[in-house]
This record gives sequence, C-alpha cells and structure tokens, in this order.
Amino acid sequence: MAHYELNTPVTEEQVRKLRIDDTVTLNQTLYGIRDATLIHMFDRGRTTRFDLNGHAVIHTAPNVRIVDKSAAFPTGYAPLCVGTTTSARMERFTQPLMKQYGVRIVIGKGGLFAASQAAFKDLGGVYLAIIGGAAALETTWIEQIEDVDFDDLNPESLWKFRVRDFGPLLVAMDSHGGNLYTQVNDAALDKRAAALAALGVKREA
Amino acid sequence: MKVDLKEVEEACKELYIRALKLLPPDIKQGFARLDESETDATGKSILGTMIRNIKVAEDTNNLLCQDTGIPIYNVTIGSGIEVDGSRLKQAIVTGCERATREHPLRSSVVHPMTRKNEHTSCGRLVPVINFDFTDRPEVLSIEMIPKGSGSENNSWLKMAIPADGIDAIKTFVVDCILEAGGKTCPPTIVGVGVGGTADLCVHLSKVAATRALGSKCDDPEGAALEAELSAVVNQLGVGAQGLGGDSTSFAVHVETAATHITMNPVAVNMQCHSARRARATFTPNGITYGF
Repeated sequence: MAHYELNTPVTEEQVRKLRIDDTVTLNQTLYGIRDATLIHMFDRGRTTRFDLNGHAVIHTAPNVRIVDKSAAFPTGYAPLCVGTTTSARMERFTQPLMKQYGVRIVIGKGGLFAASQAAFKDLGGVYLAIIGGAAALETTWIEQIEDVDFDDLNPESLWKFRVRDFGPLLVAMDSHGGNLYTQVNDAALDKRAAALAALGVKREA
Repeated sequence: MKVDLKEVEEACKELYIRALKLLPPDIKQGFARLDESETDATGKSILGTMIRNIKVAEDTNNLLCQDTGIPIYNVTIGSGIEVDGSRLKQAIVTGCERATREHPLRSSVVHPMTRKNEHTSCGRLVPVINFDFTDRPEVLSIEMIPKGSGSENNSWLKMAIPADGIDAIKTFVVDCILEAGGKTCPPTIVGVGVGGTADLCVHLSKVAATRALGSKCDDPEGAALEAELSAVVNQLGVGAQGLGGDSTSFAVHVETAATHITMNPVAVNMQCHSARRARATFTPNGITYGF
C-alpha cells in the first residue's frame, strides 16, 4: 500500500503504477461529469472544447451560486457544495471517455463493472473511490470552478475544477485487474448462506 | 388552532435547508456505535471521514451531501387544526421552491421524459407530500426528508406468495443488501415493508428507511423481525461504501400492513448514511424546529 501525490494530467506509466489499496491525492485540474453530460457527449454527438487527455474525471454535479464574473469566479459560478454521485449509472461511458478523450482516472463512489475494468486494463486507467456523502469535506478541496462547458445542462454541465490536496482517494480498481468491490462482493456472497441460517431460513423462495 | 400559511411556507423553506445541513442526533449516535465496533481498517477510516464530514458541514454551514434529493414533506394534522388543505399544499411547494432559489440549492428534480430541470426542486407531484392525522388537538407537524438518489435507485418490490412465508421476506432483504453493495452509500438504514398492496408495501419500506434510529415498529411482529434482521446483516461484510467491514447498516427497520390471503409482498428501500430529516412543530406556543 503506497501513497501517491499526483498532478493532473498524468501519464499511462503513472497510472499503471497504481495498485488496489494504494491511496492517491490529486492536485491541479479535475473535470466533473455525470449522467446528462455523458449522454449528450456519447449518445447525442456533442463534443467538448476541453482537452481531457491524461486527466481525471469525477462523477458529480455541484451546488453552485451564481455570482458576478471575476478573477476568483471566472465562470460566474461559486462552488457551494461539491460531492460525488454513484458511479454505477455511468458504466457504459468509461471506455469511450478513455478511448476517445484519453481520460486516465475516474473518481466516484460505489464502483464500476466489468466493461470499465477491461478499459482500465486495455487502455491504462484507474478508478479512485472517494467517500460518498462526505461533500462538505470534499468541497474544502476545491479551489475554484475554472471553466464550464455544456452550461445548458446545469447542474450536469462539464465542470473544470482546480483542486488542491484532493483526497486521499482509495485505488479501488486498477489497470491490472485488481478490484476491491468484486473482492468484497465475492466474500459477502460467501457469507450469504450463514446469514440466512442465522435468520432461521429453512427454504429459500 | 388556525395555521398561518405564510409561516408554513417559511418553515418549509427552512426545513429543506436545515435537513441538508444538520444530521439528526440519533444518526450521529449510530455513527459512534458503528465506529466503536468496526474491526476493518478501511471501514474504520471511511467511518472516520464520514464523521469528520458531519463536523465540517456544521463548522462551514454547508450541506452534508451534494445530493439535495427528491424533497418529501410528511404532514401530520391534529384534530383541532383549522386549515385549508389545498392552500397548505401550495404553501409547502412554495417553501420548497424558495429554499432552492434563495439558498441556493442544486435542483435535482427533472421531468421524467424531457429531463428538463425547472431549478425549483419541484415538478409534477414533487415535492412528495404525505398527509396523516392525529388526535392530539393543537399540533401541526411537518417532517422534511431530502431523499438521495444513490439509495433510492436501489429499491425493490417482490410479490412473494403465502407458501414462501417469512423465509421469503428474510431472504429477499439479505439479497437486496448484497445486490446494493456500495451503490446505496452504506452504512444504510434498510427499510422493509411487509404486507399491504404493492404500492402500500413500497411506501412502508420508505417510512421504515426514514424512521429515527432507536425507534421500533409498533407491530410486535414487525419489531421482532427488525431486531432479528438488524443482528445479522452486518455479518455480510459489505461494509461502509461497499468496501468491506462490519458497517453495512445502522439498522434494519420494518413496517407492516395487513395484506390479502393470497399475498406476501415485501419491499426494500434504503436510506444512505446521510440519513437527513428535519421537523417543524406548530403549536399555540409557536414553531419549534427539531428532528
């Protein structure tokens, strides 16, 4: 178990070093995406002006306040509360995000599935688990909303955050087939029979 | 007692914001209990971060979680309350809209087909407003629950049959917890509805998931079932955030309703660890806020 401090964008070599149970703290740029962002990018053919190559994306949609544009608030949005949503719904977009845009790091909660695991392995990527529901804390790691694309989708826009000491995040799926979620799920399934016996279940429906 | 609907509107605005920022004391105690008994290092670290987040939210006057949820208002009307029900509903909706615009909050509510967001947290039949009545004369109580989608997206109904008995209910609950894994943002409150019609069964599962920790089902059969399930589910090892350990759930809650001779329905709805709720109580002495 090692800890890494990474500045984005990262290289394939940096990402392939990461193994499950390692921890990572990110600095510099982080892109926020979620359901509608990805549906518009990959099902409706919209393209972003952002260069996501080597970058990290997080499954999020922030609470923001509309303010006057200034050096501190170049988009006219101040971040109020930035947290993380359940990644499972975004499963089918991991591979195209990596293949078409060169994304290397996906941050979310609850984990992703086999297609994402394969993309991480084939293309060199990693899934970093953040603590879902700990958004007040996460917000303190966001320095600024630097830019926004697909503003019409607010709050599901494509957000460009500047982050500092973003983490520690847990490497939960790596590029070598390592996956903490399947480890935990397999172990939990093994305990199912014992749990049902403890509940006095005699015949499963 | 006559209710001032302007005060209700103001309270419904205040309740949404309070619920998003202040975690009820019973949930904080639930965290302390889980933290004390957690044996897994990752689980312990995750719980520590969640507990720290509660403090950061209070210190920075921020929302606990970015998911403002689907707003639910549970209204209980005392027998001596004089109120125009239709205008009461409107006051609740307006309070909810104002919280969203004036705080401001992220509106998480869209039309189900166009996906258009009105940026008011409101839409067709949303906020969800449930009415109940009490024989306590001069009390109007409004409970507000922002129900997050991570947990709500994992909701289940099974129309089991009488021949499957209670075993079907227990097996279903265990399998739902296994299927949910980390998606529901555990530790959760697992809400189980038993009996009723299909829709009532699902509604009861939501009532169960959003009840205070430490409260009990007032049907002794339901209370026994929830105690039995609560004692077992943390042995599954799903753990906080689905990353392993002993903290899969704070508790399993059960609510029951009579059902048909041919039916044995069971529903599961979960509340995430950001188990938020707030309550305003109107009496002749004024409004008090709590949980």
